[in-house]
Amino acid sequence: MKAAPFEYHVPRELHRALDLMAQLEDARVLAGGQSLMPMLNLRLASPRHLVDLNRIAELSGIREEGDAVVFGAMTRQRAIEFSEVVARKLPLFAEAVRSVGHRQTRNRGTIGGSLCHLDPAAELPAACMAMDAILRVQSTRASREIAMRDFPAGFMTPSLQPGEILTGIVLPPWTGRVGTAFLEYARRHGDFAVVSVAVLLELDARAQISRASVTLGGVAAGPVRMAEAERALIGKRLDEAAIAAAARLCGQIEAMGDPFVPAWYRQQLARTLSERALRIALERAVA
Amino acid sequence: MSEFHDIAVKINGRSYERRVAVRMNLADFLRHELGLTGTHVGCEHGACGACTVLVDGRSARSCLMLAAQADGCELETVEGLAGETDLNPLQQAFWDRHGLQCGFCTPGILMTLTELLRDTPNADEAAIRAALSGHLCRCTGYQNIVAAALAVAGKT
Repeated sequence: MKAAPFEYHVPRELHRALDLMAQLEDARVLAGGQSLMPMLNLRLASPRHLVDLNRIAELSGIREEGDAVVFGAMTRQRAIEFSEVVARKLPLFAEAVRSVGHRQTRNRGTIGGSLCHLDPAAELPAACMAMDAILRVQSTRASREIAMRDFPAGFMTPSLQPGEILTGIVLPPWTGRVGTAFLEYARRHGDFAVVSVAVLLELDARAQISRASVTLGGVAAGPVRMAEAERALIGKRLDEAAIAAAARLCGQIEAMGDPFVPAWYRQQLARTLSERALRIALERAVA
Repeated sequence: MSEFHDIAVKINGRSYERRVAVRMNLADFLRHELGLTGTHVGCEHGACGACTVLVDGRSARSCLMLAAQADGCELETVEGLAGETDLNPLQQAFWDRHGLQCGFCTPGILMTLTELLRDTPNADEAAIRAALSGHLCRCTGYQNIVAAALAVAGKT
């Protein structure tokens, strides 16, 4: 099918885009278009106005601000995939982005678009949740920051107010004896994950876990931090028993079922994938 | 600011200026406005990869871009691959290895492999298969497509 008619706006500066979003009724932001364009073509979305952010140079790029890495919201997934800074400081992201769609969609798709579309199974929101990303949001009225934890407001619904645009994503890298792993199961390479898991572990001088982050994607309306599993890991030496205990807690998550994948299967994947991811993260931490 | 937009694009080295309906996607623009029907349209929602073209050297699904968004860009489509009389080496390898049957998906696949082999002229099978994961072919089972790409990469 073809998209329903709309008016197209292509601002070159962020303040122009914010003005447009404040003034226009029924306007949608167009980022990389790898999710919104299919929705337009299928007429699952038919906004009156499209505000295209692709010409706003200030919205894209990867910068280091102090210890943090900051992505402009329009940074392409490809740029993340091949970034030296990301490989060095955010290995979890470097690993996660390789499972996002395909080469052809990563060339266009953006991190900000992925976050705002908020597909339950999307990799980058899960990685942002795992790393406690801070999201920078602007409107003509104000700028504010939203913790990734508070960003999902429901199924495929970010907690953005009318007129607000996501402009940047701040990621505080983990440093020290850290190991990370991102794993997912999809029926075909490049499909959305049935279940994904993101793990970060930090070890202290005695090789005990001093900090842990475990996130499941694809199982619920948004990515979920597994607080109980994280608590169970702290202070432990990560032996097989500790891995199994944490993975068991992950398998107890209240999971979605659908005609293709029943809830019990997602729970089983959650358990198996977290067990594998914990083991890989540990190997990387001690390597 | 309207339902029409003036664009200037360069396609396979040739410049075009057109006024386009803003809701027209790039694939339809190439086919219907410019008659460049080598780019095929399969699913119109980014799943099949048949409409893949190169935008400023990068592979992209042309059904997921508006023609208006291509303003100022350099595009490459399958029409730009062959010389006056000869197929280019990638096309020739597809011919030699029977890398196509019905040919519907082929233009998109050729464009993706053009990008891949420019980036990594000696791409291995894993890289070739990863790049091809963005395309659906219902005839070949991919074996001969991979064989053709490997031949160009000097791996066979």
